[in-house]
Amino acid sequence: MPRVTYIAHDGKHTELDVPVGTSVMQAAVLHGIDGIVAECGGSCMCATCHVYVREDQLGLCPEMEVGEDAMLDGTASPRRANSRLSCQLVVSPQMDGLVVTMPETQT
Amino acid sequence: MAVSRVVILGAGHGGFQLAASLRQGGFDGEVVLVGDEDALPYQRPPLSKDYLSGKVGLDLVLMRPAAFYREHRIDYRAGRRAVALDRARRQVRLADGASLAYDHLVLATGARNRVPPLAGIALDGVCYLRNLAETDALRARLAAARSIVVIGAGFIGLEFAAVARAMGKPVHIVELADRVMGRVVCAETSAYFAAAHRAAGVEFSFSMQAAEIAGAGGRVGHVALADGTRLAADLVVVSVGVVPNTELAADSGLAVANGIVVDERLLTADPAISAIGDCAAFPCRHADGRPTRLEAVQNATDHARCVADRLLGKPHPYEALPWFWSEQGDLRLQIAGLTAGHDRVVLRGNPESGQFSAFCYAGGRLLGIESINRPAEHAFARRLLAAGRSVAPEEAADERFDLRAAAMARPG
Repeated sequence: MPRVTYIAHDGKHTELDVPVGTSVMQAAVLHGIDGIVAECGGSCMCATCHVYVREDQLGLCPEMEVGEDAMLDGTASPRRANSRLSCQLVVSPQMDGLVVTMPETQT
Repeated sequence: MAVSRVVILGAGHGGFQLAASLRQGGFDGEVVLVGDEDALPYQRPPLSKDYLSGKVGLDLVLMRPAAFYREHRIDYRAGRRAVALDRARRQVRLADGASLAYDHLVLATGARNRVPPLAGIALDGVCYLRNLAETDALRARLAAARSIVVIGAGFIGLEFAAVARAMGKPVHIVELADRVMGRVVCAETSAYFAAAHRAAGVEFSFSMQAAEIAGAGGRVGHVALADGTRLAADLVVVSVGVVPNTELAADSGLAVANGIVVDERLLTADPAISAIGDCAAFPCRHADGRPTRLEAVQNATDHARCVADRLLGKPHPYEALPWFWSEQGDLRLQIAGLTAGHDRVVLRGNPESGQFSAFCYAGGRLLGIESINRPAEHAFARRLLAAGRSVAPEEAADERFDLRAAAMARPG
């Protein structure tokens, strides 16, 4: 099962084994990881599951659709080149070892 | 006196968020979250979509796992119903006879299904779609249903119809008004959605009242309409709106007028009691300060954060922009702002392309934007309206006009 590492804003690391087909957001919420709010439940509607993906792993992630791109313009913490909405990061085998950092705030 | 014990009545989106936000903000006192259902707090939007269709299970619908409540010292009391408030003694009485003392009480009691006074409404096979238990019951029946009548063409009725049609079930929707979602969207958006549902095989009876539900052996068999038509049905879904749960407040002498009346800080006239979410009528900045009651996740969670900030010693008036969404089959409707009362609609994009936005104006002022399968424009719309900015109707209609730039411009 692909392993995903979540780094909280305070530096705390959490590693989760995430089933293929589950999103990075869903896994975080299931395990009660603070720092991902996911207010809309994964509909790409609220921009409160914002994460920063380790730069060299961006290419492993599903391509960004136009809706996600626009929602990222409205995140509470600054958008960076490696910003993604974790509800759109559906885990695939190639994403094993993914590292995401959570922003200071989601709202 | 410092608040050391917060009691939250209602464990929906608002109640849960308040508890979570208090802890996130460093609140060190007691947090008691009282819910009248047995499950852990869960998200409602997926119920009428992916949960109903079986695409996701309960674990993915829960707000947080059980450990979250322990780790954050949130005293979640499941299956408990409050029956009375004793404001003088600052106590809540529960149905099981227990009493809960509070320093601050938050009414997050939500709303319940409106049950129309129809003959046969209690027959077996008449279902609702608001909470988890109702959805579980409906999901079990949906699999076996052969003909379905939906009463009410709002978000819930249409979302349900889309799921049922995707399963190949015949669906007939009866609506009192002359169009779908008449309370919340403009005529143009209504027409687009009605046509899309028709194309998917949904039948409609508009401007039509259901007269009675009838059947043999205590089971629903048909719905009779006011014009005498009989629609065969072995499953009837009633989705005609909700009634706010205001009785606790009213019985204790707090003002109620289409919701528990609160000020711009979401406080009732009793400084120890706030009200948030579907049950609260608040002066809405985005409706010229008019008392407003909204049924929406955004409203509930933003209310919760506002009250949490106040209890954490950082009070501010509630000013968040209302927004809403609905997913009906392949159609994604996103609404920014409150579009009721508009006198002009300008379309950006061609509905025939399957994606457009409707800009709703009143007296030349932009009230809100309804986006259909245009999530980017919705995101820009929220930014634009939250900043109190506008775009002229001719700009809105011109697809070459850079909406993103207008939305991202510095305020002022």
